[in-house]
Amino acid sequence: MKGFILSLQSEFYKSRNTLGFWSAILLPLILMFLVSVGFYLNYAKLMKMPSQMLWGQFAGVPMALMGSLLLPMLVIFLAYSVNNIEHRSDTWKTLFTLPIPKWSVYSAKYFYTVFLLFLSLVLFASITIGFGNLLGLIQPKLKFSGYHMEGELFQVYAKLFLASLGILSIQFVMSLIWKDFLKPMGIGFLGTIVGIILVTAAHWEYAYAFPYSQPLLSIMGMSKKMKDSNNLDMLTKEVGVSLAIAAVVYIAGYFIVKRKSIK
Amino acid sequence: MVIQTENLNFYFGKQPVVKSLSLQVPEGSIFGFLGPNGAGKTTTIKLLLNLLQTQDGNIQIFGQDLKANRLKILSQIGSLIEQPAIYTHLTGKENLINRARLLQVPVSRADDMLALVHLKDASHKKAGNYSLGMKQRLGIGLAMLGDPKLLILDEPTNGLDPNGIIEIRELLMKLVKEQNKTVFVSSHLLAEIERMATHVGIINHGAMMFQGSIKDLESISQPVVQVETDNTVDAANFLRKNGHDVTNVTDTFLTVPYVSKDITAAINASLHNNGHQVYSIGKMQKDLEELFLNITKQA
Repeated sequence: MKGFILSLQSEFYKSRNTLGFWSAILLPLILMFLVSVGFYLNYAKLMKMPSQMLWGQFAGVPMALMGSLLLPMLVIFLAYSVNNIEHRSDTWKTLFTLPIPKWSVYSAKYFYTVFLLFLSLVLFASITIGFGNLLGLIQPKLKFSGYHMEGELFQVYAKLFLASLGILSIQFVMSLIWKDFLKPMGIGFLGTIVGIILVTAAHWEYAYAFPYSQPLLSIMGMSKKMKDSNNLDMLTKEVGVSLAIAAVVYIAGYFIVKRKSIK
Repeated sequence: MVIQTENLNFYFGKQPVVKSLSLQVPEGSIFGFLGPNGAGKTTTIKLLLNLLQTQDGNIQIFGQDLKANRLKILSQIGSLIEQPAIYTHLTGKENLINRARLLQVPVSRADDMLALVHLKDASHKKAGNYSLGMKQRLGIGLAMLGDPKLLILDEPTNGLDPNGIIEIRELLMKLVKEQNKTVFVSSHLLAEIERMATHVGIINHGAMMFQGSIKDLESISQPVVQVETDNTVDAANFLRKNGHDVTNVTDTFLTVPYVSKDITAAINASLHNNGHQVYSIGKMQKDLEELFLNITKQA
C-alpha cells in the first residue's frame, strides 16, 4: 500500500506541469466560461425563461457536449497523457526497477487517470453552479436565483463518471502498450463515432454493452426522468456494464504489465 | 559473489541474444562488461534488473534468487540503462526529488547528488535542455541516489567529455575503495575498462569469451610498440635480424610486442643508428578487435 501511495504522489508530481493535468481543469473552466458569455449576451431572449428551465438550458449545453463527443475525447487524452510521460522520456525502465511492486506502479497510474477524470467532472458540476449563480448576480434579469439543481447536477455527472470508466480502462491499457499516440487515439475516436451511431441512428438495443456508447446512453432521456422523480436511477444497465468492463480490463492490464518486457 | 548467473539464455523471437552466460561478479569489484555494440550487453543488464523475463537459466544477486526476491534485491541496486531515463519536462532537481520520494530517502539527498555530479548550477534547468553529458551525469546521480550496494551502469561515460570520463572513473573507484560498493559497468572501449576495472568479462555475439581478473586479461592483452619510419619494410627486416618479433607491418608503421621502457629505447636507438628515420615511437594498447582475435586464437 505504501508503494501505491508513493507512486500516486509521484504521478501528481510528474504531471502537475503537463497539459494532461491542466486539460482536466481547463476544459470545464473554458467551456463553462464560453457558455456563460453566450448566456450573458443573449439575456434578452433568455430572461423570459422560468428558473428551472433556465438552469436546465444552462447545465444542458455542457452535458450534451460531454455525453456525445467531449467526454470520450477527454478520457482518450487523459489516458494517453498519463502514460505518455513514461513513453516520451523512456522511463518505464526506471519505474520497473524501483523497489515497488509492479501492481502498485500500475494501479497508481490507473487510479491517477481515474482521479483526473473525476476532478474534471466535479469541476464541471461545481463551475456550472458557480457560474450560473454569478450570471444571476451580474444580470439579475436572468432568473438563476429561483431554483436549485446542485443535487441533480452532481448525480448526473456522477453517473457520467461511472459510465465512462469502461472507456477509460480500455484507453488506459492501449496507451500503456502503445507508444504511438495514433493507435489509441484512432481506435478511441472510431469507437466514439460508432458509439454515437449505435445509440442515435441505429437505436441498437444492445448498445449498452458497447463501452463507447455508455456515456451517451447514461444521460439520454435524463431530463424526462428527472422531472418524474427527484432521484436519478444511477445503476442502469450501461453503467453496470461500464463498471464490469473497467474491472476486467484493469485486471487484464495488470497481467500485461507483469509480463511486459521493457525493450 | 554479488552477481552470479548460470547458463543464462535469452532469445528475441528465435534469435539468440544471450548464450549460456555465466557471470561471476565478486563483492567490492569493478566489473567491466566489455563487448562491441550489439553483443548483448544491454540485454544482459536488463535481465539482471528483471526488466526482461529470464527465459532460461537463473540469476542470483546478493546470493538470492532474483525472481523470488525481486523487490528486496532492487532496493539495493542503482542502475543506468542505455540513455539515461530522465523526465525531460522536469528540472534536474525535480527528477532527483521525484525519485528520492519513491525510494523513501531524504529529499536533501537530491542536493548531495547534484553536487556530486556537478550539476548544481543547472539544477533548475529543464532536463530536456541538458546536453548529452549532463543527462548522463544526472542519470548517474539518479542511480546513486538510494546509496545502493550494487551499481549497474550501462555505458556510463557515453557522451561525456574527457574530463567527465575521468571524473566518473575516479568516482566509481572511490565508491568501491571507500564504501565497499560493487560496480558492474559495461563499455565497448577496452582502454576505459582497463583503467578502472578489477575484473573483466568480455562478451561477443551473446557469448562470454573471457572472464577473470584484470591481471588475467593483461596476459592476453599485451600492449605493442608502434614505430613510424620512412621505410617500414626495411626497418622490419632489420629488427627481425636483431631478434625482435615484428607482429605487424603497414606502409606507415610497424609494431613489435611491448616488453619494457628500456627495450623500446633500444629499438629506437638501433633504428636511428642504422640510418632509419624514426618519426614516432610509442606504446599502444590493443583495441577490442585485436583482443577478440587473440582470445579466439587461444581458445
